[in-house]
Amino acid sequence: MSDLAAPMKTSAPLSGVLAKALLSPFWLRVALLAVVLALLEFYGRVYADPAFMSPPSLIVKAFFTKIAPQEKILEALWFCVAQISAAYALSVVFGVLIGLAIGATAFSRTAFLPIILLLFAIPQVALLPLVILLFGLGPAAKIAFGFSHGVFPIIMNVVAGMRDVKELHLRAARSMGASRMETIRHIILPHAVPSLFTGLRLGMTMTLLGVILAELYVSTGGIGYYTRVFAESYDPAPLFALTGCLAIIAVTFNELVRIAQNHLTPGKRRSPTLKIPVKE
Amino acid sequence: MERSSFATRSVQFAFLALVAGAWFLATETGSISALFLPRPLSVYAALERLVQTASFWSAVLVTLTTIAKAFAIAIIAGILVGYAVTRSKLATQVIEPVIAGLFTVPITLFFPMFILFFGIGTGSKVAYGATYAFFPIALNTIAAFSNMEQRYLSAARSMGASSFDTFRHVLLPGALPVLITGMRIGFFICFASVLGGETISSVAGIGRNIAHSAELMESARMYAWICFVILTSVTLNLMVYSFENHIRSR
Repeated sequence: MSDLAAPMKTSAPLSGVLAKALLSPFWLRVALLAVVLALLEFYGRVYADPAFMSPPSLIVKAFFTKIAPQEKILEALWFCVAQISAAYALSVVFGVLIGLAIGATAFSRTAFLPIILLLFAIPQVALLPLVILLFGLGPAAKIAFGFSHGVFPIIMNVVAGMRDVKELHLRAARSMGASRMETIRHIILPHAVPSLFTGLRLGMTMTLLGVILAELYVSTGGIGYYTRVFAESYDPAPLFALTGCLAIIAVTFNELVRIAQNHLTPGKRRSPTLKIPVKE
Repeated sequence: MERSSFATRSVQFAFLALVAGAWFLATETGSISALFLPRPLSVYAALERLVQTASFWSAVLVTLTTIAKAFAIAIIAGILVGYAVTRSKLATQVIEPVIAGLFTVPITLFFPMFILFFGIGTGSKVAYGATYAFFPIALNTIAAFSNMEQRYLSAARSMGASSFDTFRHVLLPGALPVLITGMRIGFFICFASVLGGETISSVAGIGRNIAHSAELMESARMYAWICFVILTSVTLNLMVYSFENHIRSR
């Protein structure tokens, strides 16, 4: 639409403009969420058995009366945050290093990638009791289990990113006299960044899964203890509130990685490509 | 994947041999307690004893039926919801990010609620596995049906196809590869989450048996169960991949 036509449009009724704004996907999503919450509130207050279900308003109240004042629970939540951070940091460092080592040459890739894929295909929950047996009930086991979940997606995506470099770019670098190290530094690594971030996001999801699985499995302390206490005492409001806290922690971690991705992916900073008209 | 040569195969073989050799040496020299890592032969003996017991097969049966139920529910719900959402462009724009966003949150978080709602029996694992597997199936169904090339649809319509004909001959064949990918991802997520649910809290099934052997410090039996799970999942992986290739190549 041209700018000249814009003043004509303002004469349209305001309600129409408002309706258009409210029908945007974002506001419809907000409305959907509000409807779901309202339905839960209604169901929770009118029909549900209070031993199993709790309306959202009471869950928020339970957070302030039963979760926030208890320092032990807050400490357990902070422990959870620290374990996720540690497990993720280890996953990123080892995932990138192993990924670079495996992706460096075609030989190491064909030799070691199948081993990584085989290890990744193992359902790791089967190993959870073993990990607890080896590392004990403390944070070490949770960090180890989060790490073993998070490291594989990062390795695989680093290797995939390094593999998919266009042959043309490699040949151009070689013909201009680039050494092997220079090719890796200037061609392969920048090319692998978008794929690396895919791996980092998947790695975060998996790290969260690993740490939370281990937390729930160990029921003598930490989050797993409190969820069990609340569930067994048929007190759903604080259980939902605690779960909500964990969900907020998970969403925050995911968002941090996403924001990092948006800021650091080179595609956004790349200078605009020259468009040369081609005659057919 | 690239062709593997004799050299890469021997590297892989050497790696496996190294792991097996390290396991054998560490246990034979006694540098690691048998509680943490039993001898390979005693694990094999434990596995041999295990498969002869009736409780082994009943545990396997419990887990398999749980997975089958959860996967069936996830397929039906995922495909129905996914297909219904793609019928309107607005609904796709509104709902797809909600499903994708929810999927990045570990649903394991909500496992205590599943226990609260469905009890400690197999019901909670069916619900948990079905919920987990629902997301990849629904997301892939949405991707499959919303990325359809418009000109195929208008071509079908201009040639007078009814809406059922369009679905049968244009929409479904076009969507099938992505649908199958979603089902494969959903299946393995279902498998892992049912096992995880059984491990965390349950009364029967494979996961329960692994956790139980760990609690009793019966390491050989625990390793035998773990070996069984690993062998099963590797076999399942191979079967599913060859099934997928078979459908794709038709």
